Amino acid sequence: MADYEPTIIAFVCNWCTYTAADLAGTSRLVQPANVRMVRMMCTGMVDPKYIIKALLEGADAVLVSGCHPGDCHYINGNLKARRRMKLLKEILPKFGFDERRLKMTWIGASEGIDFAETVRQMTAEVKALGPNDLRTRMVL
Amino acid sequence: MSKIGKIAVKDRDPVSSLQDFLKTLLEKAVVEAVLVQQRLPMNNAVMPALVTETEKLGWADPLAPAFPLNSARMLSRLTRKSLDAPIAAVMRPCEIRAFVELVKLKQASTDNVVLISADCLGAYANTDYAKVGALAPGAQSTLSFHKNIAAGKGTATEDADISSACKSCEHPVAPMADINIGLLGTDIEQSLLLIANTPKGEKLLDDLGVAEEDVALENRQKALEALIGEREAWRDKMFERTSEAVSDVEKLMNYLSNCVNCYNCRVACPVCYCRECVFTTDVFDHEPAQYMRWAKRRGALKMPTDTVFYHLTRLAHMSAACVGCGQCSNACPNDVPVMELFRTIAGGVQTSFDYCAGASLEEEPPLSVFHEKEFSEVTGGID
Repeated sequence: MADYEPTIIAFVCNWCTYTAADLAGTSRLVQPANVRMVRMMCTGMVDPKYIIKALLEGADAVLVSGCHPGDCHYINGNLKARRRMKLLKEILPKFGFDERRLKMTWIGASEGIDFAETVRQMTAEVKALGPNDLRTRMVL
Repeated sequence: MSKIGKIAVKDRDPVSSLQDFLKTLLEKAVVEAVLVQQRLPMNNAVMPALVTETEKLGWADPLAPAFPLNSARMLSRLTRKSLDAPIAAVMRPCEIRAFVELVKLKQASTDNVVLISADCLGAYANTDYAKVGALAPGAQSTLSFHKNIAAGKGTATEDADISSACKSCEHPVAPMADINIGLLGTDIEQSLLLIANTPKGEKLLDDLGVAEEDVALENRQKALEALIGEREAWRDKMFERTSEAVSDVEKLMNYLSNCVNCYNCRVACPVCYCRECVFTTDVFDHEPAQYMRWAKRRGALKMPTDTVFYHLTRLAHMSAACVGCGQCSNACPNDVPVMELFRTIAGGVQTSFDYCAGASLEEEPPLSVFHEKEFSEVTGGID
């Protein structure tokens, strides 16, 4: 299944990474169309449930991306998100979820190039990992 | 150095001597009520009760190897608003540790509460205790449980043994208790130790007029280390077994296959802190058409849905606060080894946040705090 097209669910913050993604688009940067973007007001409101649900529904990877530390529109939502990602990266690999299917990045509003590059890299990496077969299997 | 006194045991009966000690708390008006597990007058079962009348403490049996529920929840009900009268709570170490977590989550308070905890030698699962406790009238079964342990015969009675949560518990003593009742390394048919760990505990012993004794704690320390060593060995084997049993999603589903989404484990969990659990809200009251879509996409939809989702979410919520009391397994109607799973994952989570649930009031719960520079490995080394 080397040629499968992975589905990456990206929870991005309105103020930084979403704006960066927008910039990547308006700058006509070429990037793989594997990301399904969920625009959140802040990564600090990404409930761990959303990430767990995405993986159980068969998403091949989840990206959480927000403002650089110190730049959060809500002062520190991104730092709270980082602790939650740390928690999930501790829990989910115990059940065989590859840690590389969980990614967190800081991408500021002006960093459209970084966004496109992150998506390119992540897509290639997840392609190499192979599909998350929970998509087609019965999940209890 | 903590203040140490003794309870002299009369007629080789530590239970009634402990009752007499608790009675003095009410007689001398040091507290207005005592929360303690006691025998129910109607059938010898053991349940926590809030006792205000001295003679009613004649039913108290804090040493019974019964653990019907984690009473941290009960003490949280009593202390979520300020108490206007002092009370004493006699609890197991895991109950005290859960209570400490609830205090930090602002769902309980230590104001006007004196925490008393006897060294814990373990307890049976509820279904097992119903049989063991019925073997003898009153507190006789409690006395024989402790006699067997003192004689080196272990904790098993008939074909039942203490729960796996207790066998794997490395916290038989509660350092956060104001007063520890020492059983370890002591001949409990002669005397029990009263060890005050905090100024609150010392004041209580002073108010009761308990004489300070010069007690060598070497035996106690030795017995404690031996017990902890035994339990840690058991725990590590359990961690290994359980990690292997859930090492991929297929295995996890197999592990949870008997779960019927009754959510008893969440109800019984003392540190499942949400006032309303999302899994019983409209969020999971899916549209009929949604079930049909899900079923069509995968060809079969197990119902009730969201079983693995529920357990993973609960792990994300409370694994940092898990005290390993085992009430989740105790409450499971289908014998899913919930405690083994949750303790194994919680062990990793608490280590990774350098946190020990229930160990101190000062250590902040890992998901309640954050720092500017930390865990840079999560974001690829950039912070």
